[in-house]
Order: sequence, then C-alpha cells, then structure tokens
Amino acid sequence: MMRILAVLIIAMVVIAIAQLSRIHELSKKIRNKREEDISDNANRFNAGLMLVSMFVYFGFVIWQMVVWGPLMLPEAASEHGASIDNLWTFNWIILLPVFFITHILLFYFSYKYYYKKGKKAYYYPHNNKLEFIWTIVPSVVLAVIIIFGLITWNKIQVTTDENPLKIELYAKQFDWTARYTGNDNVLGGVNYLLVSGTNPLGIMTESTIDEKEAEYIAEIEKLEASLAEVMPDDKREEVEHKIQMFHRFVSRIIDFRTGSNDLTTGSDDKIVKGELHLPIGKEVEFTIRAQDVIHSAFMPHFRMQMNAVPGEITRFVMKPTISTEEMRVKLDNPDFNYILLCNKICGAAHYNMQMNVIVESQADYDQWISEQKVFIAETAVENISKETPIADLK
Amino acid sequence: MSNAEAHTQAHHEHHETFVSKYIFSMDHKMISRQFLLTAVVMGVVGMMLSILFRLQLGYDGESFAILNTLLGDKWAPGGVLDKNMYLALVTIHGTIMVFFVLTGGLSGTFSNLLIPLQIGARDMASGFLNMLSYWFFFISAMIMLLSLFLEGGPASGGWTIYPPLSALPQAMPGSGAGMTWWLVSMGIFVVSSLLGSLNYIVTILNLRVKGMKMTRLPLTMWAFLITAIIGVLSFPVLLSAVVLLIMDRTMGTAFYLSDIIIAGEVLEATGGSPILYEHLFWFLGHPEVYIVLIPALGITSEVISTNARKPIFGYRAMIGSLCAIGFLSFIVWGHHMFVSGMSPFLGSVFVFTTLLIAIPSAVKAFNYLTTLWKGNIVFTPAMLFSIGLVSTFISGGLTGIILADSALDIAVHDTYFVVGHFHIVMGMSAIFGMFAGVYHWFPKLFGRMMNTKLGYVHFWMTIIGGYGVFFPMHFLGLAGAPRRYYSYSDYPIFENLVDLNQFVTFFAIFGGVAQLVFLYNFIYSSLFGQKAVENPWKSNTLEWTTPVEHIHGNWPGAIPEVYRWPYDYSKPGIEEDFVPQNIPLAPGEEEH
Repeated sequence: MMRILAVLIIAMVVIAIAQLSRIHELSKKIRNKREEDISDNANRFNAGLMLVSMFVYFGFVIWQMVVWGPLMLPEAASEHGASIDNLWTFNWIILLPVFFITHILLFYFSYKYYYKKGKKAYYYPHNNKLEFIWTIVPSVVLAVIIIFGLITWNKIQVTTDENPLKIELYAKQFDWTARYTGNDNVLGGVNYLLVSGTNPLGIMTESTIDEKEAEYIAEIEKLEASLAEVMPDDKREEVEHKIQMFHRFVSRIIDFRTGSNDLTTGSDDKIVKGELHLPIGKEVEFTIRAQDVIHSAFMPHFRMQMNAVPGEITRFVMKPTISTEEMRVKLDNPDFNYILLCNKICGAAHYNMQMNVIVESQADYDQWISEQKVFIAETAVENISKETPIADLK
Repeated sequence: MSNAEAHTQAHHEHHETFVSKYIFSMDHKMISRQFLLTAVVMGVVGMMLSILFRLQLGYDGESFAILNTLLGDKWAPGGVLDKNMYLALVTIHGTIMVFFVLTGGLSGTFSNLLIPLQIGARDMASGFLNMLSYWFFFISAMIMLLSLFLEGGPASGGWTIYPPLSALPQAMPGSGAGMTWWLVSMGIFVVSSLLGSLNYIVTILNLRVKGMKMTRLPLTMWAFLITAIIGVLSFPVLLSAVVLLIMDRTMGTAFYLSDIIIAGEVLEATGGSPILYEHLFWFLGHPEVYIVLIPALGITSEVISTNARKPIFGYRAMIGSLCAIGFLSFIVWGHHMFVSGMSPFLGSVFVFTTLLIAIPSAVKAFNYLTTLWKGNIVFTPAMLFSIGLVSTFISGGLTGIILADSALDIAVHDTYFVVGHFHIVMGMSAIFGMFAGVYHWFPKLFGRMMNTKLGYVHFWMTIIGGYGVFFPMHFLGLAGAPRRYYSYSDYPIFENLVDLNQFVTFFAIFGGVAQLVFLYNFIYSSLFGQKAVENPWKSNTLEWTTPVEHIHGNWPGAIPEVYRWPYDYSKPGIEEDFVPQNIPLAPGEEEH
C-alpha cells in the first residue's frame, strides 16, 4: 500500500513539474523570451552566488579542518614516519595558499565581471611575459617540492642499523602471519611448494623437504592406484595430468636440497599469529610475501605501506619510536592499539584482514619472543598430536 | 554547392530508411547523439550503483528495503548489502564511469559532433568506421550491464582488476564468469575506441576546410586530437594486458602468476609477475586519466571564451600545454605503483615526471583565470559548469601534487585520500566538462534549447553535492581509512568516522537527486524545448553556421571558408562583440 502511494506521489510530482515547466515555457513564448537570453537579473544573481560560493567553500574547508581535523591519524610512531609528516607539513604550507589565492581570483573575477549591456570585454589574447612568468614560477615551486620529496624518499630507503631485526609478514586470504627469526636473526629460506598444515609459510628445512616429498609421493601412489578403477576418460585424463604435475613438484622439491639453499637457518624461526610485537627504537626490516593474491601491509600509524605480491618478496624498513603505552597516554585512550591492515583489494573479507601491533620495551619484547614456540619444535608437537588419535583408533 | 555534391546529398536523403537514419547511421551527428544517449543511461546506472554502496558505507549493516528490492535476496539478504556484491558494485561503478561515461561518452559524443562541424567537413573521414565504433561501444556497454545479472555476480576485483585476484576464479565469486564478461567487454571497448580515435585523427588532419590552419583550430579540436592520439597509443597496451589475462585464465599460461596456493590448491605456475600486469594496465591507465580530462578542458576553453565574450588567453600556450600534458601522460604511470615493491630509484623518476605535469596544468588554470579577468561574463548553465571545472581542476590538481610525491603516497596510497582526489578530478572536473558540453551544444545536438533555470538549479546542486561527497573523503584518507572496505565497524581506530561517512552518503544522495533535474531537463527539452536559433550563444566557430535542422553534409551550400582564429570576441574596432571565423578580415585588420 505504502509503495503504491509512494509511486503515485512521485508520479504526481513529476506531472506537476512537467505542467509547471510547460506553463513556464508558454509564458516565455508570450513574453517572447528565449532560453539563451540570460537576463540581467540572472547574471547578477549567479555572479552574486559566485561570491557567496567563495565564502561557503572556504567556510566548508575550514569547518572540516576544525571538526574532522582531530580525527586524523596522530603523529607518526616511526622514525621515517616523522620525516614523511614533515614533508606533509611542508607541502601543505605551499599548496594551501595556492588553493586559496586561485579560488579567490576565480570567484572574484566571476563575480566582478558579469555581463553588463553596452560594456565590452577587454580584448587580451596573450601576453608572453605574463605566460612566461607563470610557467617559470610553478616550475621553481615544483622543483622545490620535487627536491624535498626526493630527499625524504631517499632518506627513508636507507637502513641505518647494521643488523636490523628481521620479521616476515605473510599474507593470505584473509589473515596475516608473522615470522620471527630465532637467535641467529636470519629468516630461513622458503618455497610455496613446501606449505602444509604444519608448515604454513613453506619454510625450507631438511625435515620439511622430506615431509613434503613423502606427502607428494604418497599422493602419487594413491592416484595411480585409483587409475585401476573404471572411470570416464576425461576424469582419467585429469588424474593422469595430476600425477604428472605431482611428479614435477617432487623433482622441484628435491632440487631444494642442492644448490645454494640454506636449510639450517629456518628450524629456529618462530611463527606468530594474532599479534605483531615490535621492540621500540629498534630498526625492523620487514620482508613481505603473499600466498594467493596481492595484499598490502598497511600500518597507518607508522606511515608504512608495502604490497605483498605472490611470487615476489617486498621489503620495508622502519623503526618504531612511540610505544603502544605512550601512544595510549598521548591519545588518552587506554584501549588504543596500533594496527596492521590489508590495503589491496583481495576478496570478500578484505575489509577485515587485520592484526594488532604492539610496540613495547626491549625487555618486554625479549620476554614475549622467548615465550613463542620454535617452528620445528612446534611442528614436532603438532605431528604428535595429529598422530595420537590415529593411534587411538588402532 | 557543386552539382555532384547536390546530387549525392539528394541521393542520400532519398534512400534513407528508419534503420539507416536512426540505427546504423553513418552520419556523425546521429552517431554523436547515440553516444550521448548511451552515456546518459550508463551514467544513471553508474550513479545508482554508487548510491547503493554509499548506503552500506554510511549505515553499516542497517537494513534498506530498496537494496533488497533492487538486488534481491541473494545480494542483499534482509536489505543488507552482501560483501561480494559491495565489491562488485564498486568495480562496475568505476568501470562504467571511467570507460563508458567519461571515455566513450565524453569523447564519443563531442568528438563526433564537433570535429566535422568545427573544422568544416561534411562528415568524418570514414562514416562506416564511425558507425562501427559506436556499435562496438554499444555491444561492450551491454555486455558490461548484463554482467550485473550473472549468477556469481559481475567482476569484483576493483576497476583495475589486478591479477591474481582477477585471474583465479577460486579467489572470489566475481572472478568467475563475471570477470570473463568484463574482459570481453573491455576488449570490444578497445576496438571501439581505436576505430573512433583513428577516425578523429585522420579527419582533423585531412579534412579541414580552406583557411582552417592548425593554428586556427578551436581548442576543442586540439583537445580531441591529442585525446585521440593518446588513445591510439595507449589502448592497445590495455588490450594486450587483457589478452594475456584471458590466456592466464583459460589456457594455463602464467604471465601474471607465480607461486600461488589458492583455496587449498597448489598451482604449478611459477615465474610470472602480477607487477607486469600493473605496468601494462597503468601504461594505459594513466594516459586514460587525460583521455578523460583533456576533452573536458577543450570544451571548457571554448565555453569560457564564448561566454566571457573574450578571447581565450594564451591560445598557443594552451595548445602547448595540452601537448605537454599529452606527452608527459605516457611517462608517469609508475606513480600508481609506488608501494608495489618497485625499485625506489624508478620511484624517484616517476615522482619527477609526475610533478612536471603540474606545470602545464598550472599554465592552463592561470590562463582560464586571465580569460575571466575583465571579461563580460554571461552566466549560461554551460558557463557555470566551466567555472566549476576550473575550481575542481585546481582543488583536485593540488592533491595530485601530494600523491605524486612517493614519500607522501606511502601514507595515503589506496586510502580515501586517493578516492577524494581522483573523484574531484574525474567525477567533478571531467563530468562538469561533459555537462558544459551538453548545455552548450544541445541546440546543435537536438535543435532545441535546454531550460536555463533548471540548468542553474542543476549546477548549484551538483557542485554542492560533489564537494560535499568528495572533499570529506580526504579527511577519511588522512585518518587512515582504506578504500574498497565493506565495513569499518571492526576497527576501534575508525570508530569516530561514522558521522563523516554518513555526511558523505547524505551528499551522495543529494547529488544524485540533482541529476534528476538534469535528466528531466534533458529529456523534456530534447522533445519539447524551445526551438533553437542558428547561433544562440553568439559564438565564432563554424558549427554555428550550419542550419538548426540536421542535414547530410552539414552545410546546404558550400562550406564556409575560414579567415581568422575562433576567438575574436570583443575585438576593438568592431561593433559586435563576436566575429565568426568565416568573416574575412577587414582591410587593415590584424589577425591577432
């Protein structure tokens, strides 16, 4: 009922507007007024609105700064972030006056020079000197912007610590996993073919290679056995294709043992989910990987962002300077937490791929990291727990 | 008119059927109207999609009957937008607006209408290719629209459709059939764009009437010429990106795929690179921004000069800056990839080239301001939209300078700051240019006038709506809010952005309502509007010397010869405040 009523009302409104404009047209015809003849009143009115617009627009911009300014991110919590913030300030100082001055000119000219009968516009087709000036002035200003921008850009690429803390961020639909090194501060080698339930990041060690090789061989045997059964041709082809592929996987995996792969450094790595802990004042070199599609590691408070690309390793180096506790005090918000977000569209739950980040003192960090399980030990434990139920069944 | 010409013309009129006149027409004026009408329909759809997802962003998780009515139980169960559908709406909104409204719609409509009329040609160089160009555009648009009704939903990986997300059907429902349709549609679109652009270039270079030197071309022509050249050079690269992606999806190649485990399945592919796709895509993608913007700037130059009753200031500088923008647009694409892991040195190069573009852009803005200075401004609706374009071009351009700076980009890349920036430039500047064009050339398109008062209402509502939507987005971005997020409710740090998001949604609806005023005016005026006169805006360019009623060959007699540039407004020593291009120079009169 409501819907029919709504449709009726809309229809009536449309008809009413149509009729009104029809009357308007007709009256115009009677008065011999044409659409392209813009009346003095209309010109004056729009010119007036241009002046009003200036105040409304500037008022709106300032109002937003006052009301929403406090909602912006707090000061950067990292060393390079602070230089990025300085560059922001520098750019705003140049750009805001340009914004206001050009708009004042635009709105003022539009207001002042509205059409007056009998007046003629000033014929002013060009002025080389003037044009030269406003090619050179923006060039100089932009040169300054470019130079300061590139100085900052180059500065934040430089690693200052000789031996930064190495942490890997691993993205997959739709969560983050972090990997810390053991005492050696070296992250073990990885390959996606080694990923398994017990080795979620595909770390390369003697045992993970053995395990995965055995797994694929078992899989191949199972598939070969299944070929003995009767099955449609296309299904058979598919199985044969799969067997071939697994064979290739096996030979690729076997190759990991040879060559320059270091199989010893991965066993003491620590895999952490849920929370990312960072010691304050220590430079961290993040290596970033993805399992399935492109993701992006975004930590807005640290002004850190780097894509996670399948098949590639990307890096970002940063040094946290404000601990979580300090930031809580600064923001007067005891529940505040730094956060790691995904910032590249990656699927349905892209909007909720987050991890809390805790910046704490070196001592607290050492304590926390010592409590995290070592990768191989963890694998062993999980293997046992997985085998137990089977033993029970027997 | 020579006898031969008269004969051909009579011949054409004689044999014209409904189909050859209105459907498979080869007349540039009809094709232009076809492009415009298709673009208006696509624009309405694109706008509605954006309002649907704005409801979710402003009122997260709240139920809206309209969502359920429009999208059904599958995509909006209980009136709450589904997550996958949200991404689909965002993707299709972007695709429609960028390609179908602002590329096909803007360039297609006005290049077709104005090129032959303003250079003094009887039609495009190839009427047949021109017709094909429209019909490929139409088919491509239909495929894109119909993909909205697919079982798994349309493409939903964002309008940039980065692989592997778009390459792997397991990654999201939208990467199944929906993505295939998107790719096919885009392939056809590229064909349409190439046919159109080649035609535009050839026509402008070869079919100019006697006296129409390149330095007497209206700036619209220069803009369309440069747009077409950019299109011809960049769209093929998108086509190759699309073809490689289709091969990755269907033929087991691995151009973009490497070391992937998706939905528990280990893929064999290794050695491909998704970054390759990004390079190919943005090699089109950035010039594309200028394919969208340059025609709008061309239209604005024409409209501002005509209605300020004053020559455009710095005609040659305007041409120079258009060429500079066109050239530079090809060497800046990497600024979309500052955080892709690209070499920091390469990043520096792109910072440098990108910021260079600000110089010709600044020259253009200053020249517009000087054109207004000491003018005699007639506030037609087209003029209002052109002034609006200058304002938004400045506002959006300045944030562009920030985003070009790689170090600053790290902080706001892929946040709402970027969304605000490019919507002010593309969603306002380019669209304003399009509106200015429609109001200004409506008499040429439909032989009738649009209602001026409704035009005023439309402009003032649109600029309020536009700034109300897109300006606050910069603040969302500075608060760290990423784009393409379905919901922010799970994040304590975004808790207090709810009001801001509702503010944006309110103005999005307001701006949407404003477009109803336009639609009404557009449809009503094209049917019942006041009959136009030959030169309603007292303009200098050649199109205003053609009769109001469309005829084949554009001019009933010989094409008027051209003796002067198009911007002789308020020339001293001449009583009228305009002198059309076809009026010979008076004895002793200097050209300019």
